[in-house]
Amino acid sequence: MAYDFNARDELSDADLLELSKEAENEATPSTIKVMMSEFKVDKIALVSAGFIVFFIVAVILGSFFINVPHIMETDLMGYYAKPFSNYILGADASGRPIFSQLVVGSRNSILIAIGLTAISSTFGVVYGLVSGYYGGYVDLAMQRVYDFMMIIPMLMTIIVIVTIIPNYNAITLTLLLSLFYWMGTSRLIRSSTLAESQKDYVAASKVSGTSNLKIIFREILPNIASLIIVDTTLSFAENIGVETGLSYLGFGLPDGTPSLGTLISNANDPNNITQYWWTWLPAAFEIILLCLAISYVGQVLRRTADASQRRGS
Amino acid sequence: MWKTILRRVLIMIPELIVLSILVFLLAKAMPGDPFSGSINPKTSPAQLHRLMAANGLFDPWYVQYWHWVVNLFHGKLGMSYEYQMPVINLIKQRGLNTLWLATFTMILTYAIGLPLGIFAGKHEGKWQDTIIRVFNYITMSVPFFVVLVIGIWIFGYALGWFPTSGSISPNANGMGETILSRLGHIILPGLLGALFGTVNIVQYLRSQVIDAKHSAFVKTAVAKGVPEKDIYRHHIFRNSLLPIAAFAGYSITGLLAGSIFTEMIFSYPGMGQLFLNAVNYRDYTVITTLVLLYGFLNLMGTLISDIVLSIVDPRIRVE
Repeated sequence: MAYDFNARDELSDADLLELSKEAENEATPSTIKVMMSEFKVDKIALVSAGFIVFFIVAVILGSFFINVPHIMETDLMGYYAKPFSNYILGADASGRPIFSQLVVGSRNSILIAIGLTAISSTFGVVYGLVSGYYGGYVDLAMQRVYDFMMIIPMLMTIIVIVTIIPNYNAITLTLLLSLFYWMGTSRLIRSSTLAESQKDYVAASKVSGTSNLKIIFREILPNIASLIIVDTTLSFAENIGVETGLSYLGFGLPDGTPSLGTLISNANDPNNITQYWWTWLPAAFEIILLCLAISYVGQVLRRTADASQRRGS
Repeated sequence: MWKTILRRVLIMIPELIVLSILVFLLAKAMPGDPFSGSINPKTSPAQLHRLMAANGLFDPWYVQYWHWVVNLFHGKLGMSYEYQMPVINLIKQRGLNTLWLATFTMILTYAIGLPLGIFAGKHEGKWQDTIIRVFNYITMSVPFFVVLVIGIWIFGYALGWFPTSGSISPNANGMGETILSRLGHIILPGLLGALFGTVNIVQYLRSQVIDAKHSAFVKTAVAKGVPEKDIYRHHIFRNSLLPIAAFAGYSITGLLAGSIFTEMIFSYPGMGQLFLNAVNYRDYTVITTLVLLYGFLNLMGTLISDIVLSIVDPRIRVE
């Protein structure tokens, strides 16, 4: 719509409204909007996202109604109780109900995965931004640290540290794991920051005297936000495997704290794996479903971040 | 070229030193002392004190560190408390088993990944490509240990196709049977490891093939009437072969970390299982040696990969 901007006095409120609407339509749609439209097209993604949210809310609310010390007590009457009897999903060798362990275990494992993702992604993003933006010796030094972290046998080191720390709980475990799982994010963010800081708007900001911190966090960060969202979602799916894997090996959450990993470790007993499938199979299926769903949402988000692959508008 | 390699090797040295200090400090932080295995109730505290002083356990940490490193270079890794034998012999024994499994897994990974990647690239956007992408998405998302547990349940216990523990059957006699039995024990863990380790190879090869298909040199070859099979073999595949081979070094890290889960689930007597046992029995000499060894192998893997990639791709060389 051609408009004579010199005749500004004659512009009515209605015209202004229409003009701003038009401008909004012509502008590149915001990331959130693109994501919403992508979810509208891809029904599986919508179902996955709904499933994840419902599941997380359900286990968190559900675990309020479960008395954890009580369900972890040994109960001879429930020795390998079959599913759909007195117990919804049966009980294990100590007569502990599988269903309640599953709910509380899911809550523990998911909350640890969320905490781990939040801490390690934040650290990785800041690390990558600083390393990529400053470049030169700062980058060189930071990349040597990165290289070193990559060659450490992570799983072994974590197991050794877990055995050394005398008292540890879910929080110390999350912090410990966060020390080791930021590298992937930092590498990704560093390379996109490198590309971003070559652009004109960064040069213009530098010339006009904007402080480095402001350029990094107010200007570059928003421009790579969609990438960060994608990476965080995909790390979340991976991080579910981290704590559960450790707990499976027996070096994760302490005894008496249910976790999806400890439930699956019931399968280490050949009797359980063959005869008493209900002691471990539900937890295994749950992890598979949850990881597939989160990862699928991540894939869809990745598609929206890359304009050439979008299916929605 | 040589500059890049030299620089890469020089970077390795401080990494190795920091790694060894880290391992040493971890060992110091562990409770107990190296004599826990050799003392008996009759040993008096004074004797133990003298023993520790004679072995330099009261020296400052850097002196102890120095002695430890010197011993390391002489191959003196200490005694295993649990197995009552030199750690070096123990690791030779178990390391060989892990080596079999890892090599077998790596060969299978390439044997599955290469054709899948090329196939996916060839049929870009068609249903064959979609199937392979779904496969990639599943292998990328599901935690590996869950796959192993489900795998041993279905194929090991329920169907009974594969043995569920050990590295060799005690009844195997003679050369042929021994080899067959060994192979039988690593097929299932190796196959699962390979199926779930192909993601990087398939995705890289797929994008390489797609890029190459649209490049000028392939179009020229097509225009000159070169058969499709030869184009794939000589023009596309050959270009991607070395970078793909270089992935082998990087994948050592994943293979070693995976070996801990694989060997526990399949009760396979390798280094991963040795490590878990050592942690449970607080067998510190074995733990430190294994952490150091795994770190060293990771380091060599990335070193080889970096060097191969810098040979292939002049852009990442340092001037």
